[in-house]
Amino acid sequence: MSEALAIDVSGLSKSFGGTKVVDGFDMQVPPGKIYGFLGPNGSGKTTTIRMMCGLLRPDEGGGTALGLDILRQSREIKARVGYMTQRFSLYGDLTVRENLTFMARLHALPKVRDVVEQALETYDLAPRAKQLAANLSGGWKQRLALAAASLHEPGLLLLDEPTAGVDPKARRDFWDRIRRLARQGVTVLVSTHYMDEAVQCDNITFIAYGRKLIDAPASEIPDRIGLKTIRIEGQGLQPVYDALEHAEGVDQIARFGAALHVSGRDESALDAAIACYRDQDGLTVTTAKTGLEEAFIWLMTGAEDNFR
Amino acid sequence: MKGLSRILAILGKEFIQMLRDRLTFGMMVGIPVMQLLLFGYAINTDPRHLPTLVEMGDNGPASRAILQAMETSDYFDLIGTVASGAAVENAMRDGEAVFIVTIPPGFERALARGERPQILLDVDATDPVAAGAGSSAFPTIVQQALAPLLGEMAPPVETIIHRRYNPAGRTALNIVPGLLGIILTMTMAMMTSMALTREAERGTLEALLSTPTRPHEVMIGKITPYVVAGFIQVAIMLAGARFLFSVPFLGSPPAFLIAVSLFILVNLALGFLFSTVARSQMQAMQLTFFAFLPSILLSGFMFPFAAMPHWAQMIGQAIPATHFIRAVRAIMLKGAGLDHVWPQIWPLMIIFAVIATVAMLRYRQTLD
Repeated sequence: MSEALAIDVSGLSKSFGGTKVVDGFDMQVPPGKIYGFLGPNGSGKTTTIRMMCGLLRPDEGGGTALGLDILRQSREIKARVGYMTQRFSLYGDLTVRENLTFMARLHALPKVRDVVEQALETYDLAPRAKQLAANLSGGWKQRLALAAASLHEPGLLLLDEPTAGVDPKARRDFWDRIRRLARQGVTVLVSTHYMDEAVQCDNITFIAYGRKLIDAPASEIPDRIGLKTIRIEGQGLQPVYDALEHAEGVDQIARFGAALHVSGRDESALDAAIACYRDQDGLTVTTAKTGLEEAFIWLMTGAEDNFR
Repeated sequence: MKGLSRILAILGKEFIQMLRDRLTFGMMVGIPVMQLLLFGYAINTDPRHLPTLVEMGDNGPASRAILQAMETSDYFDLIGTVASGAAVENAMRDGEAVFIVTIPPGFERALARGERPQILLDVDATDPVAAGAGSSAFPTIVQQALAPLLGEMAPPVETIIHRRYNPAGRTALNIVPGLLGIILTMTMAMMTSMALTREAERGTLEALLSTPTRPHEVMIGKITPYVVAGFIQVAIMLAGARFLFSVPFLGSPPAFLIAVSLFILVNLALGFLFSTVARSQMQAMQLTFFAFLPSILLSGFMFPFAAMPHWAQMIGQAIPATHFIRAVRAIMLKGAGLDHVWPQIWPLMIIFAVIATVAMLRYRQTLD
């Protein structure tokens, strides 16, 4: 069974300077799926990803990536896994083509030239082949990084916040490419802070303070958390916000564009709390579906209370 | 007033940053202290106590009086005797002695007869500054030593001073080969430490290590270009020495090649070691500079090695440039071969082994 899983790790722990960054982390990812990896900054996402691709040795725990032992077969894993770092890690003073050629040669690929030309074609980088990587805009840099990370046709792609700081159009384009890769059978583990990206994943793993808090398909997460949400739209929402912030039955309140999302676990208490606004002029009160974002803010707040 | 508060804000921030970067702060405190100690205590431009050998062709009261006077003068440290002929040549070429006094056979008798016998002082003049004071004081010292025995009369002996390797006393002859050591120390250590730190600083090391590339492949691939650069520097320096300053190259080219290769390796290892300590290119540069100062001051490049106090010489012995500069001067100026510079080669090997070991140990640790 573990043969079939693209990632199968359990009990992963890692400490840096006495601080436990990852604590007993388990994850199973079936092949060809896109798994989202979410969690607040500093929650241990990057460390976990590094352990999975053989860059870091876990203090405890272990497992396999593509059926290869992450403790003993890190070189074999590196040859078959593509890792895209959070920070742009290609050479700014090399051109796009030079960067790709360099990475292809580090992987000791046969027919480097063909592989690079193919990648330039696939990622529409050909017109910029002679441009220095440093002069590319954020979106193009990420596209180059993805091209470089998939040159050796990895069976598993680990993408660490690949779209941070990238404009919406470039992000969309990037995700089209990720889905295309997944259709070809590549397993993708991608960390992100964007909810619109998270919902595109087959499954979401949420970690905070080095521990896994939830692991479920995106659509199931709000239900699992059991949070009811009511949406209040209209003019003059600030007084409503102030009044409800600490009201009984309201566990969480957040602004969503021009509306307020008021959430609570106890439906009747929540209803009681907002009852007085239902008939107020200029306000529209509707029951809303709890979104991923509310769910995660809820999880993060809870995690803070539990682990800090 | 608002301007002042802004200035104070920037000033305060600058101090916080300065104190946070402990390495930089250490340099700011460490460099003046080191300079002060080295210039104040270690460096002496009026060299005394230079190693001197005696070729005793005769042994009588006059000879003894002369040697006694030399010793008392502080310029010469009589470290032993030497047989005539090739032994004199070798002792000088190996750098064992800066001066060799030859008292010819029959000296006492000739002196007693008033025949004005000759007394010879061989001087290693590759460093004209180091040898200058002793050589010019020598005739007077001999004169005064003999005065109580023979009374004040016309100079009883003829002092011959034989300035070897550099009869014209040109400082360029000494400086240019020394410069080879200094340039290589500076550029090799700095270039490698910066090149290695750059990858970590810019985050490119992570992408590199996420491929199946092995750490030693990274090392070899990154360092080799700088070995080539080192040899290019050597070629430029040698051409300049020859055509601009007419510095001779008298010794064995293979010995030179061995010394240069070894020295380049030592400095690359040093740069490698710095790169495991420094977290930024800036810090790598500062560390190199910190190591560079003693190489200039204590290696015998700028100030005569023999003139330094014992403790400073001990430190100097641990500096690779000291041995390299000695070897290169011996090869280029004195026509030395590998056997002559061996006493400089093996310390370089040991220094290399030590630095490389420490660097490898640290590299393994920082890889994670």
